[in-house]
Amino acid sequence: MDIRRILTGSLISLLLAVSGVHAQEGLKDEIRQPTLDMLKGKKVVFVPMSMSFDLPEGWAAVMRKDAERRGYELDIRDSNWSTDTGTRAITQAITEKPDIIVVQNFDVTSYARTLKRAQDAGIKVVQVNMRSSYPTDAFVGADWYGIGEYAAKRLLDVCGKSKGKSGKIAIVQGPATAAASVYQLNGITETLKDNDDIEIVSSQTADWDQSKARGIAQTVIQQNPDLCGIIGFWDVMDAGTGAAIQESGKDIYLITSGGGNKTACQGVENGTFDEVISYDVPGQGRDLISTISILLQSGEPAGSSNFVLYTPNKIITKDTLGPESCWDLDVLKS
Amino acid sequence: MSDTTADKLPPNGAEQKSRKSFVFTQELIVAIAAAVLFVFFSLTLDNFLLPGNLVTLVRNVAVLGLLSLGMAVVVIGRGVDLSLVAVMAVSLTVAIVLANEGMGFAEALLVGLGFVVLVAVVLGFLVAYVEIPSIFATLAVASIVYGLGRGVIADLDVNNIPNGLDWFLFLGRGAIFGIPVSIWIFALTALVLYLFLRWTGIGRFIYALGDNLQTARITGIPVRPIIVLQYVISGVMAFLAGAVTAASVASMNMRIVNSTVIYDVLLVVVLGGIGLTGGRGGVRNVVVGTALIGLLLNAMTIMDISYTVQNLIKSAVLLLALVVDALLNPRDEQTAQQGDI
Repeated sequence: MDIRRILTGSLISLLLAVSGVHAQEGLKDEIRQPTLDMLKGKKVVFVPMSMSFDLPEGWAAVMRKDAERRGYELDIRDSNWSTDTGTRAITQAITEKPDIIVVQNFDVTSYARTLKRAQDAGIKVVQVNMRSSYPTDAFVGADWYGIGEYAAKRLLDVCGKSKGKSGKIAIVQGPATAAASVYQLNGITETLKDNDDIEIVSSQTADWDQSKARGIAQTVIQQNPDLCGIIGFWDVMDAGTGAAIQESGKDIYLITSGGGNKTACQGVENGTFDEVISYDVPGQGRDLISTISILLQSGEPAGSSNFVLYTPNKIITKDTLGPESCWDLDVLKS
Repeated sequence: MSDTTADKLPPNGAEQKSRKSFVFTQELIVAIAAAVLFVFFSLTLDNFLLPGNLVTLVRNVAVLGLLSLGMAVVVIGRGVDLSLVAVMAVSLTVAIVLANEGMGFAEALLVGLGFVVLVAVVLGFLVAYVEIPSIFATLAVASIVYGLGRGVIADLDVNNIPNGLDWFLFLGRGAIFGIPVSIWIFALTALVLYLFLRWTGIGRFIYALGDNLQTARITGIPVRPIIVLQYVISGVMAFLAGAVTAASVASMNMRIVNSTVIYDVLLVVVLGGIGLTGGRGGVRNVVVGTALIGLLLNAMTIMDISYTVQNLIKSAVLLLALVVDALLNPRDEQTAQQGDI
């Protein structure tokens, strides 16, 4: 007993002594400095479609903050809605040999060759949200096929003939060659294949433009008075689609997708949209900076990894709408 | 040419002769093409002939029509205004941004209109007094205006109108006697411009200086102020078109500046038969050109034709109209000397 008591007592005092040392100095994180050193002074070039709408502005805001914190350089080259300008920007970047190029593609083909050249030159390439058919080191962004599949299933529920509805739906696409259009459309058609419950009466491209979307929706609603639902491919564009529906005074279910900017929540609130599939831009921004961090730390050469981070979607409807559903660019920037 | 120009100021002999006999003017050809297409679509497409669809058809091209009216005034005076779309997008963006910062929307719209007039006066000055060819002056001004919009006035290219402005949205969404307000605006504007061009002295002067600037000047017409006035008119048309667009989708999208709208506007004007040599044509040509484009767009949407094929068809029809015009109305000596624009 005595010996045990003495042992216990001395163990306790030893522990106290050791913890006392820790309380005074803490424990050194051995991997912190090497990690920071790996990020410091590196260069990342971001080539968005245009720095004038919510998605790239949101990603850039998150990346800028991270770059400042970790001490790497973030350089933004605006394509200003032109694949030519974008290609020039990437080509120019290749000559400057940054460590990473982050690119948002206009469509699945235009940048493919240029991205390959960048990788061949030893620059790691991250594609964000809008993918090219050429796979690079990483893709961070929306799972377009999944979004199309979800939207189609929702409309099966809401508009299916077996539910006593007309089963007629329309699709308002973005540009016909954009990743958001091609993969989403595939998701929709695959889901509705061999299904007589739903009939797609119109599938037109509105080129990301509200006025065009409105014109198309108006004509389609006029042509199909019993239209039950519309799948739109981008909330900003579908403000026009929603306007056409509201004007017709009909009860047409509009499901669309977007970055989840506050205008999406406002649209759901005021009835422009019935449902928005949000690919959560702040979340994508977080994925982006994680990807950048991983690629900068990895010693592997460009082109050796090839991974994909699909964004978990948020569904925004009147029922799920809450203060955290959407984000505000001004807040994200601050 | 049409009777719109039949009584204009001294034309040369050759033109006068051609005017007296019946000719297939481009306007007539396009009108016939539009009529043929109309009958064809009525017979082949379900629901095409419904009043609702016809209203939709016209309303979808009302904005294009408004812009084309502005372009027409400048082209008649032998100029061209490539800044229309930029001015339209940025002036409304100015108003929307101000409104979002707390200014009353009516006042904000007035500021937007003031911006338009300012830009137009500067533009008119560059063309009329500095004598820069209009195609370059307007192209440069378009870039400056767009740059201001994107770089200084707003951060994003889509700007939403604040909530609760139902009176403004009425311009784009409302209807009077069952006809959408946007169509009323187009119709009234067309009527006012028609009366202005045909019945007022200044309107006739625009034809005169478009036909022959030197002669107009010698005759004592104040050509330079009138050129400035043309750009003010086209700017105001752009502002109206912008207001209708913004009201219909509750926002303004500056990205439209990068689109092909300005070429569509030129096509409507040229297709309708307003020669780029100036001094000819009028409001009726714009209406005919707009109608043809509207018919095509509407029918192709109903037929669910893909966007790429739509563009192909549109271009093919336009080219066909131009070929027919070139065959029926060969270029004369005057055009050969001056060229188009």
